[in-house]
Amino acid sequence: MAFTHRAPSVTVARRRPRSVAGYAFVSGYAVLLIGLGAAPTVWALVLAFQKSTGSGFAGAGNFVQSFKDFRFLPAVEHTGLYLLIWLVSLVVLVVGLALVVHTRGKRTSTVLRFVYYLPGALAGAASVLVWLFVLDPAVSPISFLLHGFGWTSFNQVIAPEHLPYVFAIMAFWTGAGGWILVMYGALNNIPSELMEAARLDGASPWQLALRIKIPMIRKWIAYMVILAFATGSQLFVEPQLVSQASGGLINPTWSPNQLAYAYAFQLNNFNGASAISIDLLVLGLICAALIVVRTGLFEAS
Amino acid sequence: MKTSIDASEPQVADQRARQASTGGRKVGRRGRRTRSVALRSLVVLLLAVVAAFFLVPLIWLLLAPTKTDSALIARSPFAFGSFSQVATSWNHLLAFEGGAILVWLRNSAVYSFAGMAIAIVVGIPAGYGLAVTQFVGRKTLLVITLVVMIMPSTALVLPLFLEMNSLHLVGNAFSVILPFSFFPFGVYLAYIYFTTTVPADLLAAARIDGCSEWKTFRYVAAPLAMPVIALVAFFNFVANWNNFFLPFVMLPSSNQYPIQVGLENLLSSTPAFNPTIGGSQLAVYRPEVALAILLAIAPVLIVFLFSQRALVTGLLAGATKE
Repeated sequence: MAFTHRAPSVTVARRRPRSVAGYAFVSGYAVLLIGLGAAPTVWALVLAFQKSTGSGFAGAGNFVQSFKDFRFLPAVEHTGLYLLIWLVSLVVLVVGLALVVHTRGKRTSTVLRFVYYLPGALAGAASVLVWLFVLDPAVSPISFLLHGFGWTSFNQVIAPEHLPYVFAIMAFWTGAGGWILVMYGALNNIPSELMEAARLDGASPWQLALRIKIPMIRKWIAYMVILAFATGSQLFVEPQLVSQASGGLINPTWSPNQLAYAYAFQLNNFNGASAISIDLLVLGLICAALIVVRTGLFEAS
Repeated sequence: MKTSIDASEPQVADQRARQASTGGRKVGRRGRRTRSVALRSLVVLLLAVVAAFFLVPLIWLLLAPTKTDSALIARSPFAFGSFSQVATSWNHLLAFEGGAILVWLRNSAVYSFAGMAIAIVVGIPAGYGLAVTQFVGRKTLLVITLVVMIMPSTALVLPLFLEMNSLHLVGNAFSVILPFSFFPFGVYLAYIYFTTTVPADLLAAARIDGCSEWKTFRYVAAPLAMPVIALVAFFNFVANWNNFFLPFVMLPSSNQYPIQVGLENLLSSTPAFNPTIGGSQLAVYRPEVALAILLAIAPVLIVFLFSQRALVTGLLAGATKE
């Protein structure tokens, strides 16, 4: 909490030297921002509105074409279902766990938070590979559970209808710990006088959690949901590797991002790929703007 | 958990009937005390189950390279094999594509550190400039930084590929390093740090003593910013090291892969998940893949173990506004 943010006072603002120095300090970063943030976005926009059969303005053609692609709607549905499961589990379990961990003793809660957070080190392909093993009944440490569901082979476990759950579990494994830390920190910030007053008024632990704690960390829950939605909508590594490990059982365009990838790399249709990328980029931008404008968590003074 | 508290009478009666028949412990009617003991043990159980969920895959992963592939199937998942088997797995892994694993690890280190170095050299002054100087467009730059920082970075991967492709930079290490070094989160962290932690009076004093803007930054502000530099370095390194999608699309040849893409390559070459692959000449089975995963996560895991405090601070950066 070294970064306690306070709006800079008027005196600080007055002391800010108005000079070219400011431009010099931000110049390098501005170059990267333009070259690697703005330029690719603009270029993708240009491509998205260009005809795939050569140059010429395509209007919404590429967008319409990608919407009509027989793989597009299923990909959106898959990812939508995954997002639903993932977000509900985030809200219920992360908030629930943070509340419970917060009531434990200092040492227990430190150990628990660390244990929950540890798998966060395994982002990217590593965590997916670990789960490929965990979900393979032949070698799984939880094979008794898998057998309990009646699944005896890897392909049964990763059957298409299970995948949204599988990906939600993977995402929870690597991501939930970090969010529990955030919620825990937010709970720590609730003024103790407030809790004391509620306790004196006879609030039970349940009432304390439901009427005081959760409303006080509401902003952070909103932040988590929007951010997780934005990240989850971009799903790529997980379905890509699972599809590869399934030996063709899982189709390689499971998520919209994979479909965009297939447009670019298999069909050589950069315009179609751009159209889908723009869809996803706009979705990400809307979420980010929503967080900045609505939650009030980040102030640009 | 809520239902166990608010359990209504008929349910309780029903439960008791069932428990009586199975000789189970009676809960519910014994009054508050029993109930709260039951609830408390339920909470402990829940916490333990969740801890197991997070730990079990990691423990399995740590033990896997100590066993042979057949022992992984036959023996208990938590049995320890032998250290000599780890050495055998290592030799097999090393033999894969003539030591490809070492090349991948080296590539990961090069890309991650190069990206991190640029991110710091460029990002820390930017955060400083946003925090202590005044210029036209400052506010706009700050808002854009916030939005790009929150937006998932994967959303930019395919547009970046299309850009690099038209610039004929695909396959060049810089097509990965430069996007790694574009790190708005680091700029925001530095901005917050310089607005809140470095006193404006100190900087003003340096200027009065005749420091130019650059010298004020270089000799006064930057040395005070070591904690935030370390934090930015850490977050950027972890993000770079774990990035899969960007190098996956940018770098086509195996000797350029970072370890994350290398793992994917390993996955498609192991008979463990690809029975069609002739396993006779390849010795990359599950223990070898598990060992490769461990090597891939080792650097990040080590940093995690030693800097949990810094991490928490970083996660909460901007969290404690009110």
